[in-house]
Amino acid sequence: MNGAEAIVKCLLEEKVDIIYGYSGVAIAPFYDAVGETDIKQVLIRTEQNAAHCASGYARISGKVGVCAVTSGPGATNLITGIATAYADSIPLVCITGQVNSELIGSDVFQEADITGAAESFVKYSYLIRDVNDIPRIFKEAFHIASTGRKGPVLIDIPIDIQQAEIRKFAYPEKVEMRTYKPTVEGNAAQVKKVVKEVAKAKRPIICVGGGVHLSGAMAEIRRFVKDNCIPVVSTMMGIGVMASEDPYYFGMVGNNGRPYANRALNESDLLLMVGARVADRAVNRPDLITENKVLIHIDVDPAEIGKNVGPTIPLVGDIKHIFKKINEYEDEVDLIHERTEWINTLKKYKAEMIEKRPVIDTEKFVDPKSFLQTLSRKLPSDAIYIADVGQNQIWSCRWHLVRNGRFLTSGGMGTMGYSIPAAIGAKMADSQKKVVAVMGDGAFQMSMMELSTMRQYGTNVSVIVFNNGYLGMVREYQHYALDDRYNMVELHNTPKLDKIAEAYDMKYLRASSQKEAEALINEIAKKDECVLCEVVVDPLDLAK
Amino acid sequence: MKKKVFQLLVDNTSGVLTRISGLFARRGYNIESITAGTTTDPNYTRITIVASGDDVILEQIEKQLSKLIDVRDIRELEPEESVYRELALVKVEAGEKERENIMSIANIFRANIIDVNPDSLIIEITGNQSKVDALLKMLEGKKILELARTGIAGLGRGTDKVVNLDDLKD
Repeated sequence: MNGAEAIVKCLLEEKVDIIYGYSGVAIAPFYDAVGETDIKQVLIRTEQNAAHCASGYARISGKVGVCAVTSGPGATNLITGIATAYADSIPLVCITGQVNSELIGSDVFQEADITGAAESFVKYSYLIRDVNDIPRIFKEAFHIASTGRKGPVLIDIPIDIQQAEIRKFAYPEKVEMRTYKPTVEGNAAQVKKVVKEVAKAKRPIICVGGGVHLSGAMAEIRRFVKDNCIPVVSTMMGIGVMASEDPYYFGMVGNNGRPYANRALNESDLLLMVGARVADRAVNRPDLITENKVLIHIDVDPAEIGKNVGPTIPLVGDIKHIFKKINEYEDEVDLIHERTEWINTLKKYKAEMIEKRPVIDTEKFVDPKSFLQTLSRKLPSDAIYIADVGQNQIWSCRWHLVRNGRFLTSGGMGTMGYSIPAAIGAKMADSQKKVVAVMGDGAFQMSMMELSTMRQYGTNVSVIVFNNGYLGMVREYQHYALDDRYNMVELHNTPKLDKIAEAYDMKYLRASSQKEAEALINEIAKKDECVLCEVVVDPLDLAK
Repeated sequence: MKKKVFQLLVDNTSGVLTRISGLFARRGYNIESITAGTTTDPNYTRITIVASGDDVILEQIEKQLSKLIDVRDIRELEPEESVYRELALVKVEAGEKERENIMSIANIFRANIIDVNPDSLIIEITGNQSKVDALLKMLEGKKILELARTGIAGLGRGTDKVVNLDDLKD
């Protein structure tokens, strides 16, 4: 058995059934070995999107996403995808081919120091020097990627190591890493403290982040919310933990969030931050947050606790485990009356503070608000919705109604072009679900080459492009902050999307008025087919 | 700004220093000095880092370093419970006239003269950082041609907190 076959055997041990990637000489032995198995190979059109595909796949399947590309430019192209996954703590194992071991460091053709280059975006990386290390390294890599605070792990494998004969293949049964032991169970005394504090609070609130999805703790959180009568707000990555119209849910916090969600956060007397980083986009001045309230911060990564804000009660561990424990305390809530009042206050704020939108000429343009609201009502309730980056992302956060589906986006890194490849990965992870990718004309042109991948593998995704001829989010910034001096934001000569659809042999629909929009939605909402939808929106529309 | 001295035991892998120094660089932490050398077990390297920052930063430095998978042990070397030593080599311009004077300064600090030339000499001094700083202060007014400081190496006092290298194994 050679190194490449050993790697594939490791992947089979890890129950990998799909690999996204791009070929090249330095990774050819590996794919040669993959070809002998039932593992599905998905050839994307540029390497960055292999990581995004694997990310979409990981987020929906709950498994580790795997991508494999060749050395040099193949590997460096992957970096943005790796960084995107790292920022959102998505578990990936990224395999890169490398030049012959003996030539490393001599700048030969297609050589790049990828472990060095990707260092700050990976949870860990390996450069394999000995073929016999393969089983241990892969076992560790999958373990590291999928436990604790999840994230991408990079494995760089020189071509000669892929070709070398391994002495004996034995896949380790378990991993013993002294230096890597993430805390799963929360400290029992701290859990008790949390329960006690929560019981005392009259105006408690929970802010849920992406960590809740990563831990698979949705059910536990929803139960906790109901049992204790506590309102919920979320970060962008926490959207979907609660259904959008759940009476306990009060929207997304932060600069781009709902003003009443921020007000709720500010006026609470107890804040439970759960699987959220307290990042700049969610909390503007973290130093002020603890002034008038008890802050409980629950996260699997101890380094996140105290990074941006010093909590009253820190609690490190896996959210699902912790909330299972918390839910076992079945004390009656004494303060149910106060809390009901608190929730009623928040409902009042919501009614008063809901944003007023400028009026859109609905004969000439589609209003993104009513479009997204109608679309999400017509979609199957468990649809997977992927928002790209830009105004479309902010609109989506606000108006897409999550029922029991998922909402995916590149929240941390804000990588444009994420939605199409992530949608491909999501659809491949759960082919029964309706998958919708929503983006602007800027992001679309960053990854439209993947329409070809969609067609090649028969991956049915509804691709919706909000076309406004601008990089709208930056234009909006220039409007507010730079006196409407529009530089580097006008997208002229965007290819005609009907021709693009024709070129990729896919269905095309267009809407430039409210009426057309409704027809378009009715046409796509329930159908499982590959379709490119152009939705013309007002170039001067604002997300804020 | 406060200073803390951290002692790390890390896997002696290629790239381990990059991982540590890269962490400081990308998170904007201040590193005042870093020294590294193998331990009695060649699989492990002992690193002494002097870092500075406010309490929050220093806490983050310790947490983020702990997260690195190559780091097997990290602890703070608190001044009262530890010894620190730094080596410095100071090449001073010294003609016949000044030589005697510089040598007597070196003598006060129990420093050694390890190289003499007609127009310069090299002083070797070992001690904690303030001792080295004090020598340099005394040499103000002389012309220091070259200065090489190693940064400190440190160990905790006594046997209470000694990490048995065998216990570090997986």
